[in-house]
Amino acid sequence: MIPQQFEYSAPKTLDEALGLLAEGAKPLAGGMSLIPMMKLRLASPEHLVDLGRIKDLNYIREEGGAIHIGATATHQDVLSSPLLRGKCPLLAETAAHIGDVQVRNMGTIGGSVAHADPSADYPAALQALEAKIVLKGAKSERTVSAEDFFVDTFTTALEPGEIVREVIVPIDGDGTGTNYQKVLQPASGFAIVGVAVRVRKQGEKVTLARIGVTGLSNRAFRAKEAEKALEGRSGSPAEIQAVAALVGQGIDANSDLHASAEYRLHLTAVYAAKALATALGRIA
Amino acid sequence: MTETINVSINGTTYSHEVEPRLLLIHYLREVVGLTGPHIGCETSLCGACTVELNGKAIKSCSIFAIQCDGAKILTIEGMAADGKLHKIQEAFWNEHGLQCGFCTPGMIMTTKQILDRNRNPTDQEIRHGLDGNLCRCTGYQHIVNAVRAAARAAGA
Ligand SMILES: Cc1cc2nc3c(=O)[nH]c(=O)nc-3n(C[C@H](O)[C@H](O)[C@H](O)COP(=O)(O)OP(=O)(O)OC[C@H]3O[C@@H](n4cnc5c(N)ncnc54)[C@H](O)[C@@H]3O)c2cc1C
Ligand code: FES
Ligand code: FES
Repeated sequence: MIPQQFEYSAPKTLDEALGLLAEGAKPLAGGMSLIPMMKLRLASPEHLVDLGRIKDLNYIREEGGAIHIGATATHQDVLSSPLLRGKCPLLAETAAHIGDVQVRNMGTIGGSVAHADPSADYPAALQALEAKIVLKGAKSERTVSAEDFFVDTFTTALEPGEIVREVIVPIDGDGTGTNYQKVLQPASGFAIVGVAVRVRKQGEKVTLARIGVTGLSNRAFRAKEAEKALEGRSGSPAEIQAVAALVGQGIDANSDLHASAEYRLHLTAVYAAKALATALGRIA
Repeated sequence: MTETINVSINGTTYSHEVEPRLLLIHYLREVVGLTGPHIGCETSLCGACTVELNGKAIKSCSIFAIQCDGAKILTIEGMAADGKLHKIQEAFWNEHGLQCGFCTPGMIMTTKQILDRNRNPTDQEIRHGLDGNLCRCTGYQHIVNAVRAAARAAGA
């Protein structure tokens, strides 16, 4: 399996890379989605710009009360980051579910969100975290919410020439619990369904509930009806069941070889209940 | 259209002209002549092609050789030193961690990564760590035993 010929550039600065991208080149990050597609000739870019040598794109740091993750931070960087594990454990926990050791060593957060596979893991967590995604072009920079970023299957808010520069996730204080639950397709490792939950309580009351879902439909989404149904409640087992049943409601569920739409919806409710119970149980 | 790359492989530095589309596995096997890393699936699923790139286990069928310019690569050929097998290789031998041996180079390179990061992994951590490596023969139990034995031999 040999890809079509292409030109290769490995600039050391972001500006240089953006200049090439403005001329129509395609970014290469970890290559864990792009290279398999090129080998199958599902993608045949003429010019690849390797982002791997741009030092200024690989970081995980705290800034202004949030955590900023550079586009080329690998899944391994995310899952092992003491900063994320301490202050945004949901993202580190989610990264540990992606693919396998070798894929996590190469694949990047920027590549994963830009690819927008409807079964990818990060998007569920990024929805639950109300993450922000910073997009940069040669002459522009803008910030969009995860909700607006994931548009459709393999489709995002990225414009031609723009790259994902960084992902910004919040730091939640005490009183917050999170969890990611995934039913994986054993051959590919991708999610048949994945549910990320982030809940906050004050006294006995849930004051904030965020539920991100991947794998169920054409794009990762927030289950807002279910979120609303949980806020103001105590999060009792009966309430969890009722809320979990709302997570897939009204969604046009995917159906494929691995799971019918009906089964995916069933799994969504079961795993949403698990994620809700675990997240509520983790509130310190 | 070719470009020059310089890579250190198992401690030896090589310089070659490569086409950008040349995959690392083809570079290692066909250009450098190291046929230890195997091609199982060529679709990034089986792990038979696993090598270490700058200290990290990666699937060499899913990266271009040109991306490795300036890098340090370790293949299964670089594991034994001075005619003595590496402790992980010995553990696979002792524990019957292989049958046909096709998956073994990849299994051993991934095992090295698991143990580099965690000196004393549980069985569950070993199995999670070997997720990206398929074996059609052993049923995995003896491989898990071998990883455990390698951890013990390394003094965990
Ligand atoms: C065997 C295997 C199993 C996997 N299992 C899972 C899994 O369980 N869950 C999961 O979520 N994913 C899984 N993946 C996908 C993996 O997470 C990829 O790393 C990810 O989808 C793409 O990231 P990358 O850095 O490799 O991007 P690349 O493959 O380099 O690029 C992907 C796409 O994004 C574009 N791109 C890359 N970086 C940027 C950027 N900064 N800005 C704009 N565009 C960019 C590229 O041009 C390309 O179109 C798996 C992959 C493999 C090979
Ligand atoms: S040949 Fe590389 S993963 Fe199978
Ligand atoms: S020993 Fe034959 S494939 Fe693993």
